[in-house]
Amino acid sequence: MIAFVQRVILASITLVLAALGGSVTERSGVIDLAIEAKLLFGAFAAAAVGHATGSLAAAIAAGVIAGMLVAAVQVACAVYGADQVIVGIGLNLIALAGTRFLMQVIYDTGTNTPPSPQLTDGVLANPLVWITVVAAIAVPLAVRRTRWGLRLRAAGDRPESLIAVGVSPARTRLYAGLVGGALAGAGGAKLSLAVAGFSADMAGGRGYIALAMVILAGWRPALAALGALGLAVADALEIHVEITTAIGRHIPTELAHLVPYVLTLAVLAIWSSHDRKPPQALGKP
Amino acid sequence: MTGRQREVYAAAIALLATVAIGSVLMLIAHRGPGYVWSEMVVRVLTSPTRLGDALYRATALSLTGLAVSVALDAGLFNIAGEAQLAAGVLACAVVGAALPDGTPWPIAIPICALAAAVAGAAIGAVIGVLRVTRGAHEVITSIMLNEIVAAIVLWIGNAFLFENGTITGPAIASGARLPQLVAGSSANMSFVIAAGAIALVWWLRGRTTWGQALLAVGRDHDAARSVGISVGRVQIAAMTVSGALAGLAATDFVMGNRHAFEEGLGRGFGFVGLSAALLGRLNPIGIGIASLVLGFLSVGGLAVEDIVPKELPEMLEGIVVIAIAIAVPWVMRHARRAA
Repeated sequence: MIAFVQRVILASITLVLAALGGSVTERSGVIDLAIEAKLLFGAFAAAAVGHATGSLAAAIAAGVIAGMLVAAVQVACAVYGADQVIVGIGLNLIALAGTRFLMQVIYDTGTNTPPSPQLTDGVLANPLVWITVVAAIAVPLAVRRTRWGLRLRAAGDRPESLIAVGVSPARTRLYAGLVGGALAGAGGAKLSLAVAGFSADMAGGRGYIALAMVILAGWRPALAALGALGLAVADALEIHVEITTAIGRHIPTELAHLVPYVLTLAVLAIWSSHDRKPPQALGKP
Repeated sequence: MTGRQREVYAAAIALLATVAIGSVLMLIAHRGPGYVWSEMVVRVLTSPTRLGDALYRATALSLTGLAVSVALDAGLFNIAGEAQLAAGVLACAVVGAALPDGTPWPIAIPICALAAAVAGAAIGAVIGVLRVTRGAHEVITSIMLNEIVAAIVLWIGNAFLFENGTITGPAIASGARLPQLVAGSSANMSFVIAAGAIALVWWLRGRTTWGQALLAVGRDHDAARSVGISVGRVQIAAMTVSGALAGLAATDFVMGNRHAFEEGLGRGFGFVGLSAALLGRLNPIGIGIASLVLGFLSVGGLAVEDIVPKELPEMLEGIVVIAIAIAVPWVMRHARRAA
């Protein structure tokens, strides 16, 4: 049982951080389709800096900074008036090829980076577990209770009200985006540091699942994080069922990983969007 | 500046910016950009095989690009080109293999092409219906469907189609095969299908009331509703037609080249259709030209693989998307200031 809980906690880190980051970015009014790019660049930067310095802390910091850089580009484009969906997808395309390009240029290989430090399997000794726990408590509180959170929500719902009180919505969105990018970048660092190296396309669509969680949670960060944790539980249970039961062995392996995708689609199809109110100025420059 | 001039201007700026950023990336990889670009042009233009391969890619891209543009005309993002194309490839190959071998081509080719289009259209319709009736954002449902369809298609392949130990299914009837254009390259007669689709979308968009309704919905829902257009019905129709176009790209891969179902056949072309649609500024003829440019770029990237990593031209497919996203508001502001 303890082993099961540990596995779930470790498996959920990336998705929880990405969902929290996505909530912050979206609540400020920027469509966060670039989570996948932040995970990929975060994972790559963590592996590369980890390999170069041998320091786990430096590796995690590099992942965070890479996520913030992607977010800075994304929000700058959005504030300038570029279509946010297009920018997000473009960044994801760039990240997919760009991380492989960087591997090619730096290490002369297109598949894996050389070994970096590795996160331990012990939950309590894993710094990213603690970062995730703190973020899961602090982000929802900050969004709801602090002045920063109030401004962020105003930028997402009624940017003109911010202008009226002399605050720049563009700057507010940039700060929100940087926080969102830092969280997603840390989630990316977990991906590569858990296996001591980056491999091509290692985010594997988690960024998109995180965004789906944000939307299903009605843009509430705490609920989005819970949803991400729930998916990790479902995933672990599914592996458990697959290995240990007779029925499980008859589920085609090709279809076994589809649970989050089918679940998201089913929830979107069954519950009408009336209960999930997006930020009113989401996607508007 | 007229609307059309603005669009051409934006596309040209985006393309130039992409070439400039590509050159910077080449410098990062310690290669002279002038040498790489000129080698790329020379190696593609002097080789009939490479020119043919560029046309092969442009054929599929113009269909997935048209798919993105028809949906975007109605204000919707169809990001499920991957799912629609994968379903089209499967349907086209299964129907083609089921036809009796003596089926004459005037029967076999339309049947297989129709199968590809219907499979893609079905997925487009699901997205449209979920959007209109449930308010489910089409980008999210598209992304979920990309994963789901890819897994189901692979499962069907493994469980029922792949001949022992391979990743290839049974061959399609010979009547359903489209003739090759250039010996040694993948170019085939399916470019006629793509050209026909370009003409059809151009006519639908510019010359029919349906096209007017489509564009009206994309511009302003309330205005469209006030002149009696059923916004929901137009959106569902747009997504269905969009899916059909993406599915039709399967003709290039299955009927024109591999003549069978193969794992991963056509993968990536659904996504890059977005680049083609945006660079072509949602104009059917523009999309045809943009597809040729992108086809040239990816074949050219492989042609100079010995000089510069092949990931670099792949990155440019994403960079061109960002470049166009920024060029459009830039040109708008510039035009306003000049006026």
